[in-house]
Amino acid sequence: MTAQALRSGKRREIRDELTGWLFAAPWTVGFLIFTALPMLASAAISVMDWNFISTPKFVGLANWQKALADDPLVLQSLRVTTLFAMTSVPLQAVFSLFIALLLNQPIRGLRFFRTVFYLPSVVSGVALAMLYRWLLSPDMGLINYALAQIGIDGPAWLLDPDWALPALVLTTLWGIGGMIIIYLAALQGVPTELYEAAEVDGARAWDKLRAITIPMISPAVFFQVTMGLIAAFQQFVSAQVLTQGGPNNATLFSVLYLYRVAFQQFRMGFAAAIAWLLFFFILAVTAILFKLGGVWVYYEGMME
Amino acid sequence: MLGFRTDSRAKVPSVPTGGLRAWASRISVARRLSRGITYLLLILLGFTFAVPFLWQVTTSVKSIQQVYRFPPELIPNPVVFRNYPDAMMMLPFGIFFLNTAKVVVVVVIGQVLSCSLAAFAFSRLRWKARDTLFAIMLSTMMLPGQVTLIPQFILFRKLDWINTLLPISIPFVFAAPYGTFLIRQFFATISLDIDDAARVDGASRFRTYWQILLPMSKPVLAAVATFAFNYAYNDFLNPLIYINSKEKFTLPLGLSAFQDRAAWGGMRWDLLMAATTVVMIPALLVFVFAQRYLIQGVVFSGVKG
Repeated sequence: MTAQALRSGKRREIRDELTGWLFAAPWTVGFLIFTALPMLASAAISVMDWNFISTPKFVGLANWQKALADDPLVLQSLRVTTLFAMTSVPLQAVFSLFIALLLNQPIRGLRFFRTVFYLPSVVSGVALAMLYRWLLSPDMGLINYALAQIGIDGPAWLLDPDWALPALVLTTLWGIGGMIIIYLAALQGVPTELYEAAEVDGARAWDKLRAITIPMISPAVFFQVTMGLIAAFQQFVSAQVLTQGGPNNATLFSVLYLYRVAFQQFRMGFAAAIAWLLFFFILAVTAILFKLGGVWVYYEGMME
Repeated sequence: MLGFRTDSRAKVPSVPTGGLRAWASRISVARRLSRGITYLLLILLGFTFAVPFLWQVTTSVKSIQQVYRFPPELIPNPVVFRNYPDAMMMLPFGIFFLNTAKVVVVVVIGQVLSCSLAAFAFSRLRWKARDTLFAIMLSTMMLPGQVTLIPQFILFRKLDWINTLLPISIPFVFAAPYGTFLIRQFFATISLDIDDAARVDGASRFRTYWQILLPMSKPVLAAVATFAFNYAYNDFLNPLIYINSKEKFTLPLGLSAFQDRAAWGGMRWDLLMAATTVVMIPALLVFVFAQRYLIQGVVFSGVKG
């Protein structure tokens, strides 16, 4: 190779590298400004005492100690959030899989049903919360009306400390449309030969579900449970709009408490510490999930 | 599928010649039964998913006396359309709508462009830092946004962006990991020969992206646009933090304020449901419009890992 060709090859390499960075810039720039640097800043703020107006004062690990031990509301919010995540996500996963299995048969009106199940997922946030509020209204709501029809005296739901959190869990079941669609896609990827072979061996429907369907779609289940947990740990809207964390802090989700500490009480250092605590908490849960996932998730084409 | 026995055990290879018809009809009875149960369950479940919406809409055209009537009327008599103008009059919903529209347009266009550019870098170009950066991007999908909330607030305060629409739109113009990932997966299904051919013809990388790949990727771009719309349209936490005067409210903030207003002296469910319906309609329209692409897009993201 001549020196000139070598040089032009080198030049092209540099140009390719530059092109790559340039095209990726819409992500990298945003990542630096809105994720990476704020994370560092947030760590720095968590060791300071600061209310926006005062000059920041270094206080060591005082905020962390407060978050971990001294403030009972932090612990309460983590408890509530964990309880919410651990009940709503498995329920969502099971219900959406059940509906996806129903839809995965040769039925008429698939598109219609798919749309009906997806509909609540389209309207999310405050508008949906308003509707939940109306449904769960103790004396006027449709749910208690339906319960009354079968002779059950429904609870006060959002106004009852024992029922507020279950009520919020219940409302999440309505938003499983996205999960149903992902399951449907995964189910359609299961090779039919497997079922045919199992039928020849005399497998029943239940055996096929347990031995073929579930293992084959386990990566999709894993994906959904992971994303679902991360989202559940960040629940905010329903608590802010429907219950304001009450009654009696029964629905004080971590992000709601964080919002209050930061933007209503202006305890920035303490809020940053809570945010990091929540972050580590979610990280730990995700790590455990991945550890467990290795055991029961089946990846096709992966060597033992 | 469902755990109903369809009796496919009946020895497939050696069907007795005489009993073939009987065997076949036995299967079809079981099949039909299982099919019937499937439909029954689907209709029941579909009903529970749809009824809240129907109830919302009927409530929105009742007078408050009709709302409190038991048993509830399915189709109210008379139908009270006045709730809609009345609700819209209570707060300046037109301004909320305009603010939301501005944010949504900026975020949707920004997301589609930035995600597809980054996806191009992560799939069609070969460069050293590519795979490391892509791995970092994917791992940020698991990062809860709360850690960055406070420093961002400080940043936007420094920039004097508080109580403007900027902090709820500009950060969301930069490529989001999910959309980038989605488009990258789609790009990966398009043959690289196309890029080579374009290059031989003297097209630049950007032209290949702009004139060849983008037009081929309309379904996934539509899916990303729809997700971006839904996010921007429904976002509540960010507007709640950054916006404090009514002239800058977005629809979710407006609806939340409306709830407090409608609660004065007994909750006006009729008006609240009318306002809620109005806020839901644009999201529903976008869904109807983009349904096909949306489902394809979700399918891509969910399965092709």
